[in-house]
Amino acid sequence: MHELTLAEIARGLADKSFSSEELTGALLARVKQIDPQINSFISVTEALALGQARAADARRAAGETGALLGAPIAHKDLFCTLGVRTSCGSKMLDNFKAPYDATVVAKLAEAGMVTLGKTNMDEFAMGSANESSHYGAVKNPWNLEHVPGGSSGGSAAAVAARLLPATTGTDTGGSIRQPAALTNLTGLKPTYGRVSRWGMIAYASSLDQGGPLARTAEDCALLLQGMAGFDAKDSTSIDEPVPDYSAGLNGSLQGLRIGLPKEYFGAGLDPRIAELVQASVKELEKLGAVVKEISLPNMQHAIPAYYVIAPAEASSNLSRFDGVRFGYRCEEPKDLTDLYKRSRGEGFGAEVQRRIMVGTYALSAGYYDAYYVKAQQIRRLIKNDFMAAFNDVDLILGPTTPNPAWKLGAKSSDPVAAYLEDVYTITANLAGLPGLSMPAGFVDGLPVGVQLLAPYFQEGRLLNVAHRYQQVTDWHTRAPNGF
Amino acid sequence: MALERSDVEKIAHLARLGLNDGELPRITDALNSILGLVDQMQAVDTDGIEPLAHPLEASQRLRPDQVTESNQREAYQAIAPSTESGLYLVPKVIE
Repeated sequence: MHELTLAEIARGLADKSFSSEELTGALLARVKQIDPQINSFISVTEALALGQARAADARRAAGETGALLGAPIAHKDLFCTLGVRTSCGSKMLDNFKAPYDATVVAKLAEAGMVTLGKTNMDEFAMGSANESSHYGAVKNPWNLEHVPGGSSGGSAAAVAARLLPATTGTDTGGSIRQPAALTNLTGLKPTYGRVSRWGMIAYASSLDQGGPLARTAEDCALLLQGMAGFDAKDSTSIDEPVPDYSAGLNGSLQGLRIGLPKEYFGAGLDPRIAELVQASVKELEKLGAVVKEISLPNMQHAIPAYYVIAPAEASSNLSRFDGVRFGYRCEEPKDLTDLYKRSRGEGFGAEVQRRIMVGTYALSAGYYDAYYVKAQQIRRLIKNDFMAAFNDVDLILGPTTPNPAWKLGAKSSDPVAAYLEDVYTITANLAGLPGLSMPAGFVDGLPVGVQLLAPYFQEGRLLNVAHRYQQVTDWHTRAPNGF
Repeated sequence: MALERSDVEKIAHLARLGLNDGELPRITDALNSILGLVDQMQAVDTDGIEPLAHPLEASQRLRPDQVTESNQREAYQAIAPSTESGLYLVPKVIE
């Protein structure tokens, strides 16, 4: 049962091949058996899951239908889940049981999804390797000595290890697309404002966006359908109609104009990844796409700008963790300042502290214009590059990452080395554009992802292209040995 | 301009982060390494470019000034480190 995709589960539940309760029981048993090898779950919500499964079976028996009714899901542990520990991968929130459901959690539960648990992640979503979690590193099912990527590393590893067919993640600088690439999954970061951020613990509010991770584009379409839509509770939610993503999957690619940015194929890219990306382009050409070279000249400035904007927003967002209203409080504070300082000093890990301090510095008196305003100006230059490119092409394609998954610990002593791995994904967050990573082959037995970027609200186009590609290739069907 | 240990102490105080003295050299090095990366921005010509705060340039949506949330003090205080009589407790502030 653990081999089934969401789409196959939907058919199996509809034709009564199995019940949600049977499926849920089987997957929970598999999580217990397999997860100790990879550490992809922080919490397993067995009682909640079995209750939701029985309720879904009852709804179906009463005549209700729906692709997600009775299907399993696990949420990245920064989506608030009522009564369930929502840790954000941090000691700071180890004792935090969310007093409400995030909109994404509520919408998927209303659609009948069964929550198996909460997945491991880099602390406060800050990282590209899932090594900064208070609950320990996540291991890549493709090679247990390698990282799964991050920050949605647990969400990716769980699906890659066939513990369940799909999970939610969030993407602030690549945190859905990069782990999807490193674990042979399809992962989608929607347009900024497409999916509600309400109840998603904030890292960098102008960049954060939730989205699906699954093995196929078809499954990402099903899950995005359940996640997307306007939410009055999120002040940056965009009131745009949500198209039928599944209905658009099979559209023809005849005449589709694909741009290959020359900056994505320069120094720093593993040449074996470049070859696989070019092979994927050939497949899309066979399906009717037309390819041209384009330029995104400001791409190289994205990482420096990101490491001002994201930490600045984080330093502000994370000021709420003060040891007073919820979360960790230090022992025996001697006064209020000591309470704040020791609760935050002991509750936050090293990477979170670094980013808070970079942000605090960038926003402090005398530095605001040189750092924060400058970064926002570069942000506009990057957006302008994309707007110009989308005058000539319908889609932009390139590698998701410059390298395959690296060894656990290889970059943990040098934060800047890890930051550079996000070179191809960060621009979409700065510009707010939707992006998707899909499996495109292997290097030394480790998965390689191809990234597709589209204009605002064209998630359907990304899913269409990825789905058509997955009809003529089988990279996405490969499973890691032993899982 | 590289940060000195005293700069890092000041930033940590502004951020209300209690750091161990022993960690300060390592943190100072890491912050300088990150700021070295960030300083690459200064080579970019941004004269006359308007800063971009929201990718879709949306402005803050307004709603009618009506009460939409019910009082959930008990639920929210149930997860607080220390409360009494509906109040959050902190160390004495005024001597």
